[in-house]
Amino acid sequence: MTTLTPELRVRELLEERAMFESAVTEVPVEELGALPPPEAIVATDGGTPAETPVKQLVIINWSGEYDRIMPTLIMATAAAASGYRAKVFITFWGLLPFVKDQKRIVGENWMQKMLAFMQRPGISHLKLSKMHFFGMGPWMIGRLSRRYNVAQPPELLEAAQALGVDFIPCQMTMDMFGLRREDMIEGLGEPAGAASVIELMTQPDTASLFI
Amino acid sequence: MSTSVRQPINSDSVTLDARGLKCPMPIVRTAQKIKDLSSGQLLEVLATDPGAVADFAAWSRATGNEIVSQSTDDGVYRFVIRHR
Repeated sequence: MTTLTPELRVRELLEERAMFESAVTEVPVEELGALPPPEAIVATDGGTPAETPVKQLVIINWSGEYDRIMPTLIMATAAAASGYRAKVFITFWGLLPFVKDQKRIVGENWMQKMLAFMQRPGISHLKLSKMHFFGMGPWMIGRLSRRYNVAQPPELLEAAQALGVDFIPCQMTMDMFGLRREDMIEGLGEPAGAASVIELMTQPDTASLFI
Repeated sequence: MSTSVRQPINSDSVTLDARGLKCPMPIVRTAQKIKDLSSGQLLEVLATDPGAVADFAAWSRATGNEIVSQSTDDGVYRFVIRHR
């Protein structure tokens, strides 16, 4: 086998190039223009072209206390006001603030009724997660927030619903607490489960919070 | 707090008084108000929450409603927003 001299290698490369050039045929520009637009190619499966991605905030609202409902409602409301899609999955203690305010005792058996008695449901009856101090903490926080004109949970909830924040109750916890749809405030989404929330949380352009 | 009556920016501009409101209500009220406006119309927002400066900038970037001017007068922030 002869060693390849640089001259031979160059000649070989030139021949290869000539071969490629003869194989390529010029495509007239008009024909290129006749190609379908990219979105039409995407839609050939019969589906509609993908809509522009919307940024999304998903909050799992697990807690029912004032100091945790506040960030849930503030973040969801701010997201919806800024044009993001906002979805709040309400579960466990987080369901109770979304029970109608005038409901005092909810549930079907004595244990469920007892739970509602120990933790009064409704957006206007929230406790603090710390420094509750037999109601003194919430009283002081209430006074301070009124003095500094901070929006209260009922007002924030109203704004959130007006802006289209989607509140999705957890079916399993509703059953466990004996909560019926008519116990809950108006305008909530269809009750759902963990798989639905996982699907929401793993969508693109999505931020998820567990509060 | 300044209570002077301001000249409207132009004939069909709208003013939203968000003075005294705390986060997130200035942008919530703005988002609700701007829905009533038509494209290109100006919305003047008055706010006293210092956090509103950063929040309105972020809100403008997120929604595409441009802040055409911004000023401060005696603790009152004034934003003029053009509805996209």
